[in-house]
Amino acid sequence: MKKEKTSLLKNSAVQSILASLLCILLGLLLGYIVLLFINPTGAWDAISTVMKNFFTYPSRPAAMKYFGSTLVKTAPLLMCALSIQFAYKVGLFNIGAAGQYVAGAGACLYAALAWHMPWWVCLILAAVAGAALGALSGLLKSYCNVNEVISGIMLNWIALYSANLLLTGVKEPASPYTNVVANFNSSALLPSLGMGKLFTDNQYVTIAIPLSVLVAIAVWVVLGKTKFGYELRATGYNKDAARYCGMNEKRNIILTLVIGGALAGVGAAFMYLSGYEQWQCTQSSVPAMGFNGIAATFLGGLDPIGTIFASYFIQHITSGGAYVDKTMYCSQISDLISSLIIYLCGFVLFFKYFMNSRIVRREERKSLKEKEKLTADSAAKTEEGGRK
Amino acid sequence: MLLLIQYTLIFASVLTLVALGGCFSEHSGVINLGLEGIMVMGSLGGALAMKYLPAGAPALEIILLVVLCAVLAGMLYSLLLAVACINFKADQTLVGTAMNLLGTAAATVIVKAINTAEDPDNVSSTIQYVNAKKAFIVRIGSFEFNWFMVMAVIVLVLAYVVLYKTRFGLRLMACGEHPQAADSVGINVYKMRWAGVLISGMLGGLGGIVYITAGVSEWKFETGVAGFGFLALAVMIFGQWKPIRIALAALLFGLFRALSNVYTGFDFLTALNLPSSVYNMLPYIISLVVLAFTSSKSRAPKAEGIPYDKGQR
Repeated sequence: MKKEKTSLLKNSAVQSILASLLCILLGLLLGYIVLLFINPTGAWDAISTVMKNFFTYPSRPAAMKYFGSTLVKTAPLLMCALSIQFAYKVGLFNIGAAGQYVAGAGACLYAALAWHMPWWVCLILAAVAGAALGALSGLLKSYCNVNEVISGIMLNWIALYSANLLLTGVKEPASPYTNVVANFNSSALLPSLGMGKLFTDNQYVTIAIPLSVLVAIAVWVVLGKTKFGYELRATGYNKDAARYCGMNEKRNIILTLVIGGALAGVGAAFMYLSGYEQWQCTQSSVPAMGFNGIAATFLGGLDPIGTIFASYFIQHITSGGAYVDKTMYCSQISDLISSLIIYLCGFVLFFKYFMNSRIVRREERKSLKEKEKLTADSAAKTEEGGRK
Repeated sequence: MLLLIQYTLIFASVLTLVALGGCFSEHSGVINLGLEGIMVMGSLGGALAMKYLPAGAPALEIILLVVLCAVLAGMLYSLLLAVACINFKADQTLVGTAMNLLGTAAATVIVKAINTAEDPDNVSSTIQYVNAKKAFIVRIGSFEFNWFMVMAVIVLVLAYVVLYKTRFGLRLMACGEHPQAADSVGINVYKMRWAGVLISGMLGGLGGIVYITAGVSEWKFETGVAGFGFLALAVMIFGQWKPIRIALAALLFGLFRALSNVYTGFDFLTALNLPSSVYNMLPYIISLVVLAFTSSKSRAPKAEGIPYDKGQR
């Protein structure tokens, strides 16, 4: 039998990539239109600055250094994105990743500054704190039927105020920021293994970056290739069917959110144990990292490998936003673009459906034409034969 | 004590308005997680109206215009949810979340653009409305009566009547319970869901402006509305999607929210010497606990969250 030739456009991975690119393009276009409304003269400059990010530095070493900084912030974003993705594959929307991230930050900074722990202990504590918050959401979901989105949001705020409360104990006396980890307990800093050298001595570049990529691959393996992952996904598709097959669906829901929480908590450790940022103890809004993770995970087509690239892209434009001309625009323009992209990701399913139906229709038309041609040919032949 | 009552009433008004908005949307079958973003947009509309109104305008005119702007802004913003979730069958959780992020980001960008255009050195995202706000307040002794409290009560009565006593309301609820059946008797499910979402946008926008005028006379739009939209959703669930119960739930949650504003006025609370973060956390903790006890026998509309597809009848 002849092998059916399938069109490249029918491939689901190709469709996902196309859909994501379309979302990015439309998001940038809408962002550009907003900029035009604010101030038409500098709009093009601003949008290209957002896109260029570190390329705005003319010298190569400087650009490399800031490329390193973008990567430093990509690692935690990727972890948050994976946290949301892991839960989403099991049918749970882990919007609590933002709070789990905050819990992780609180735990690792407190362990580093108050208890002077080495980095790996801080890392584990961050994971535990995130996981605990996730477990709470999971317990509420499976035993009390509380929607994980609502409980996640409530826990986000509870985590934020708790972290503020906890970290006030280890803050600088004169400012609302926590003590600098490098000065107080340099053993808590993630090891760099000489990678900083590659990025013009950027001391914030640590093992966090390769680790986060490894975790992404691990998530891909666990969800796609193991029995455990299969069980989790089965629970996500149909809870009742999973229970009927003898899977413990309550346990699966809780485990999923525990793992998701741990991922987000580790993400926070990747951020704060690199020493790149200090926690502000008077913070009155939940850090955007967890929410940007939603953008990254959907833009990555809900695929761990795609999410690596999507996380980088989201972080790239978020960092790029810091370079826009402040006399005309504000840096939140990149938040605007990334939230537009999330909104547009809602249309991805429709886009795929539209594309598939177009392909099917085109193929039908083609086969119809061939059939017509065949019948026309045979009709002509019989006519010829009749004349003879 | 009077201050506590005043804050409780005003926060309860916000929660009632927004939760009723969510109630309309969910009864029509669409989960509106974007209420937070809608509130931000509504508050932006109202704040801008207060900013640009001439100083000497009569109080009634200010009230009507500000409310109108807030309601319109909320409705316009809710179109995003309606188009995506009703016509394009997008994931309602995802779109709602995107709307929350977009609301805060867009409001910040807009306000900052306006501020920098007026004064290049001003890069804050704050709008002030000290004078315009006075139109809403009537002082009775030391108690600040706010017209928004009356509005909340009117909306509550209207919501009850519309949902249970009119053809429209009953049809709307049918679409959230069993859209296929509703369609089979000639109700246009898409139209009803559009109506539900638009009403939620209206009430969400109104709630937004009430929230930012409660107790303060300027608002920093970077902070959004601090999870109040979600608190309203918790109120709605606690109120079992029924208007009167929602109002009672809103009073309870309003009380705890008000405590974080005025706890310093109580001797026995200051004696406890708790940090202010604890009071800030309180409404969220209470709502979690309450939800844990009330969600298991939930009376949620059966078809909520499921996009209606005519072809699947």
